[in-house]
Amino acid sequence: MAIDNEMVKQVAFLARLKVEDDKIEETKDEFNKILNWIEQLKEVDTSDIMPLVSVNDSSIPMREDTITDGNVKEAVLKNAPMQEFGYFAVPKVVE
Amino acid sequence: MTDLIKLTVSEALKGLKSRQFSAVELTKAYIKQMEEGRKYNAYVVETTEQALEQAKLSDEHYTNGTNRALEGIPLGVKDLFCTKGIQTTACSHILDNFVPQYESTVTQNLLNNGSVFLGKLNMDEFAMGSSTETSYYKPAVNPYSKDKLLVPGGSSGGSAAAVCANMCAAATGTDTGGSIRQPASFCGITGIKPTYGRCSRWGIIAYASSLDQAGPMTKDVRDAAIMLKCMAGYDPKDSTSANIEVPDFEKVLGQDIKGLKIGIPKEYRSDGLNKEVASYWDKAAEMFKLRGAEIVEISLPHTKYALPTYYIIAPAETSSNLARYDGIRYGLRINGEKADDLYINTRTKGFGAEVKRRIMIGTYVLSAGYYDAYYIKAQKVRRLIKQDFEKAFEKCDLILTPTSPFSAFEIGDKSMNENPINMYLNDVFTVSVNLAGLPALSLPIGLDSKGLPLGMQLIGRAFDEETIFKAGYALEEDVAFKRK
Repeated sequence: MAIDNEMVKQVAFLARLKVEDDKIEETKDEFNKILNWIEQLKEVDTSDIMPLVSVNDSSIPMREDTITDGNVKEAVLKNAPMQEFGYFAVPKVVE
Repeated sequence: MTDLIKLTVSEALKGLKSRQFSAVELTKAYIKQMEEGRKYNAYVVETTEQALEQAKLSDEHYTNGTNRALEGIPLGVKDLFCTKGIQTTACSHILDNFVPQYESTVTQNLLNNGSVFLGKLNMDEFAMGSSTETSYYKPAVNPYSKDKLLVPGGSSGGSAAAVCANMCAAATGTDTGGSIRQPASFCGITGIKPTYGRCSRWGIIAYASSLDQAGPMTKDVRDAAIMLKCMAGYDPKDSTSANIEVPDFEKVLGQDIKGLKIGIPKEYRSDGLNKEVASYWDKAAEMFKLRGAEIVEISLPHTKYALPTYYIIAPAETSSNLARYDGIRYGLRINGEKADDLYINTRTKGFGAEVKRRIMIGTYVLSAGYYDAYYIKAQKVRRLIKQDFEKAFEKCDLILTPTSPFSAFEIGDKSMNENPINMYLNDVFTVSVNLAGLPALSLPIGLDSKGLPLGMQLIGRAFDEETIFKAGYALEEDVAFKRK
């Protein structure tokens, strides 16, 4: 499943990344190298095998649906690149 | 006084308890060594003032007799652990100036045990790499470097370099595909990746959540046992944290290993295996035999598929975990005309090349039409890899392998940087363990003909770190590796 230049652009956009035009060819080649390599997995017979999502056998524990945390507005906003009136602030966007 | 820095954690604890020296003296000795070792670029943040304050408090605890398990022990912390009030960036530009408002569970456990934090340690950006060359803060340097600068391994390369050069008594690391064990091997120190779920992941910046585990990087096996006991434990804040009692690992050190069955996986011994690595592997097996352990050949038939499986699952989880870095709530922000431009500009500038590569691979393998062919397929092979180990452990108690296929390479090594897959091959012996969620320790076995350390890996059953420590301690005694 080799990918082409269009696919590189599409995947980059999905990931909200930009690949410069002069780097697309190189990125495509690199991708295909890695994809060819991981495609060895096709050789493996997995017909009766269930996917393994987590190595933990136990199910995820449940807890009471109560507030355990909060009222820490200042801490939450502490690292904001920009904040106003106790909110995260972003530049004005007109779309 | 310079000898203080050479003490192991257990030796330093003895000295502190018997008041041969104070915690402040010990901390000051390490601070001096950190200054002298700046050429290794192991620390990205130094917190020496806070360390001295913590040490002062530790001395009070010794005076009052309220000293705790790691009272006054100066540690380095990998920059992947959130530390309250101390800059934490995962060595990425995108987390510029990020100062966590909370403490990770593992570092909190270490603080609750009385340890002193000297600073944050260099690493590959978001723990993605095997050399620390992807760090935004330039690579850390292997203290074994002679005329040419060598990598300390990665991703926990700053931790390994700092422990090796006695710039901390011990350090924390994290291991997703080999990030504790490979740098431990490259720098001639000891490191253990515990069973998945042993240490809480809460407050550790996520890379690939189903594989990430924290563990200690130390001067010897005893220190690893002491440190792991203090780091581990159930944490309701991590839903994958195991609600299983943490044993006193130190207790098993020195116990007889007679009759222990040690497996040698035949798939790890390829024709291309480095001769020196192979000969040290034989030597380690021989040492175990002389102690009355039984060596058995085992098979892990899906070994060759472990790395390709990892390079589907880890990037998939990366693309999801790193979606949060959007320039809105913390870290770097590069403005743009539209909202999408802000995200794209921030992420394109903020992430380094390897991180972007993995995010994009992950995005691709999770995208509609490819999900089953790549992601689900990899999860199925992951189960086969786990089953390989389950079958192997019916025949043996422990598995012995080399940690890394070679010793430390040069910073900027051409073949490693030309083709990402060459760099990925660093983890060929370590990565299966993460996929299966098992514990594994690396300890130094000796130097190669270039004078560089090589490591051996001991893999155990899930939640059986005790057997690893018992056998590791015995091997360490026989090897008698001379630390720096």
